[in-house]
Amino acid sequence: MHDTAVHATHHGPPTSFIRKHIFSVDHKVIGKQYYALGLFSVLVGMVLSWIMRLHLVWPNFAIPGLGLLSPAGAPGGVVTPEYYLQLMTMHGTLMVFFVLTNVPFAGFGNYFLPIQIGADDMAFPRFNMMSFWVTFVGACFLFAAFFVGDGPPLAGWTAYAPLSTLGKITGPGEDVGQTLWAISIGIFCIGQLLGSLNFIATTLDLRTKGMTFMRMPLCTWAWFITSCIGLLAFAVLLPACILMILDRVAGTSFFIPGGLVVNDQLQPHSGGSPLLWQHLFWFFGHPEVYIAILPAAGIVSHILVNSYRRPLLSHKVVIYSMMAIGFLSYMVWGHHMFVSGMNPVSALAFSFPTLVITIPATILTLIWVGSLYGSKLRINSASLFALGFVSMFVAGGVSGFFLAQPSIDIYLHATYFVVGHFHMVMGVAAIFGMFAGTYFWFPKMTGRMMNETLGKAHFWFTFVGAYCIFMPFHYLGLAGNVRRYSTFVDDFMGPLMPVHKFISIAALCTGAVQLIFLYNLLHSRFWGKPASANPWEGTSLEWSTSSPPPWDNFGGKHPVVYHDPYQYGIESSTGDYVMQDSPEQIQTVRDDKKLTP
Amino acid sequence: MAILSAIPIVRHTWAPPEDISTHGHLIDEQLADTMVEAGVAFVAAQIILGIFIWTASSARPDAKIRNFPGGAKGLVAAAVLLVGTEVLALGVFGQKAWASIYFTPPGANALPLQVQAGQFAFYFRYPGPDGKFGPIHPELVNEGNQNYFGLDQTHDQDSKDDIVAAEMAIPVNREVHLLMHGKDVGHSFYVRELRVQQDFVPGLDLSLHFTATKVGRYEIVCTQLCGLGHYNMKAYLSVLSPEDYDAWLKKEQAMQ
Repeated sequence: MHDTAVHATHHGPPTSFIRKHIFSVDHKVIGKQYYALGLFSVLVGMVLSWIMRLHLVWPNFAIPGLGLLSPAGAPGGVVTPEYYLQLMTMHGTLMVFFVLTNVPFAGFGNYFLPIQIGADDMAFPRFNMMSFWVTFVGACFLFAAFFVGDGPPLAGWTAYAPLSTLGKITGPGEDVGQTLWAISIGIFCIGQLLGSLNFIATTLDLRTKGMTFMRMPLCTWAWFITSCIGLLAFAVLLPACILMILDRVAGTSFFIPGGLVVNDQLQPHSGGSPLLWQHLFWFFGHPEVYIAILPAAGIVSHILVNSYRRPLLSHKVVIYSMMAIGFLSYMVWGHHMFVSGMNPVSALAFSFPTLVITIPATILTLIWVGSLYGSKLRINSASLFALGFVSMFVAGGVSGFFLAQPSIDIYLHATYFVVGHFHMVMGVAAIFGMFAGTYFWFPKMTGRMMNETLGKAHFWFTFVGAYCIFMPFHYLGLAGNVRRYSTFVDDFMGPLMPVHKFISIAALCTGAVQLIFLYNLLHSRFWGKPASANPWEGTSLEWSTSSPPPWDNFGGKHPVVYHDPYQYGIESSTGDYVMQDSPEQIQTVRDDKKLTP
Repeated sequence: MAILSAIPIVRHTWAPPEDISTHGHLIDEQLADTMVEAGVAFVAAQIILGIFIWTASSARPDAKIRNFPGGAKGLVAAAVLLVGTEVLALGVFGQKAWASIYFTPPGANALPLQVQAGQFAFYFRYPGPDGKFGPIHPELVNEGNQNYFGLDQTHDQDSKDDIVAAEMAIPVNREVHLLMHGKDVGHSFYVRELRVQQDFVPGLDLSLHFTATKVGRYEIVCTQLCGLGHYNMKAYLSVLSPEDYDAWLKKEQAMQ
């Protein structure tokens, strides 16, 4: 732990416009930049999903303007089968990498991790600026794929080899677009690696006086654990992307075996293995799920405690459960590959840890729900989204039970059941975490309040809409509806079209509802009610400084921490809580010992 | 929302199609058991969450904060015990179905049959009267002259009587040993009614074995993204009576 006197300021206040808003080393600006990039990506990703849903149920519908963006992929605005797959690939890649990883982890983490531990910036501010701009370049490469040759790649966000490595000969979408994809994701990995290192160093070294590990708020813990996961996961995906690029442009055969015949032409490759790509990809890919969901879980815990007005039943158990999830996340990647042709014995070996991971996940859920009992819940937009997260986490979690079992996976693999599962637990739940975080921290980030009525309306429409979209996916999967089909020419899937129509309509409506959020966000940014330093009566350090915080977070001072992070439900001079840096003497509420009825 | 979403499940509105394999009932039973456990957990959790939100948000301002009986320890113990047992039970019982498919070798009498997946069609090969498959020569593959597998029927003795078809026919109640060959990119072999799904891995020849128990015509679809024609990559599986199967095979042989 650092002594406050020794701890010098990292950098002076920015002077020029560029240093202040663009190439800024201030973690708060960088956090907002990540958020903005995520917001842009999520809007594009959502529009892509609209186009896909429209095409699935009305295949001949001409989407105005789409023909201009891609004359080959959507002549006259009517989506071709390959363009559907290309949009799907871009949707998945944007959402997983540039939204689910960027916003809850890199965005909110950058903004609030240093403040919550009482530091004036990240450990390496220049590295931090670099991580964002590297990520930005990665995003540019990805978006560029829309405008090159035969368009973006179509091999899915998982980019399975050898479809993704053989090149142009395997069909449209596998030309330059796929190479750009691999470069983009490789660059993204570098950005995340730099970011993760920075988070770890900051958490270990820059905690202010009195900020012991157990006094860190739960979201700080979640970001810290996530950066440890990210450091290992992205370190594997980066070389995998490099190998893919080499296979594509340098004629190597890491992922391509010999004897492949495409279009009657024998391919000049030999000795590689498509399964190698799958192993490398999923070794990253499964931890990635937790990279998306753990920060959201941390943010939600942080918000729930605040709205329960009491500490969680146990602070430590939540931390240890998150650690257990992070640790187990490295032992389960094979559950994506039960029917991939890997040795069937390993399916059993991967199935058990996958089932076991439900135990820490259940503990987290029970702590969230159990702590709600007997609390004094304050309902606001942030707490509604946090509670919605819990509901979605359960809904998406129980379907994991099915897919974790290799025998059931034989039937459900590659069906809409899987699509429903990961959209609920990784997509919707994590996005609910982001919404909760936005409503909760917006006053701190901008100095203005968001409109609560609009926020609540946004929640209810989104909550009901998300269930209407993603629950029926599970039914489709149970009925055997295969995913990644651009059209259901199939005799078998034809009768399921009414369900698809229902989903498409729900998706269009729920997407439109997000305009409420966008309006609220932009309107409140400029014309919202001014926010006080601590509008939610929170306890952690971000509420001890002004809204928005000054460039060095605490105005030249370093806070000293006297208390555990969530001292709610007590009697103090400020009300039913005491702030972490308040020297006021109170009886510390630690875990469940002092709060018995 | 929870109760609404449970209704179609309970009413079996969208259920897997009827199982026509000897191993499928194990998967179906496992699926049904999991459905009950997961369903109860889901509905119960959502209802409890709802009730707690309702009571906690209407708590009087002067109400004392109370702890959930048993506190964190009780909840952790409950999670470990309940979920642990459930997980163990599902894990252990679930292995039965998996083992019956993957850990038992095909019987000696199983009908050997090869399937090749390529963009965007399946082709099937029967070994003919000699019971042997001729070797595949990738350089000879030529869709134009219908040499889908790359066979050299002039030089390879074993290839001469091989029968290649675009449709899969098998006799009912006889085990089939399906040899899988991937020609170009990844594909998958999925027959819902058979409860069978297996990826084709180029460069790795895998096999599957199963027994169909009901005469009929079923869809074989590709479930591994393989390119622009993926959505349209399918073939048909005809499960025939032994007599019909023999007749079918003769007819196909005559057409070679």
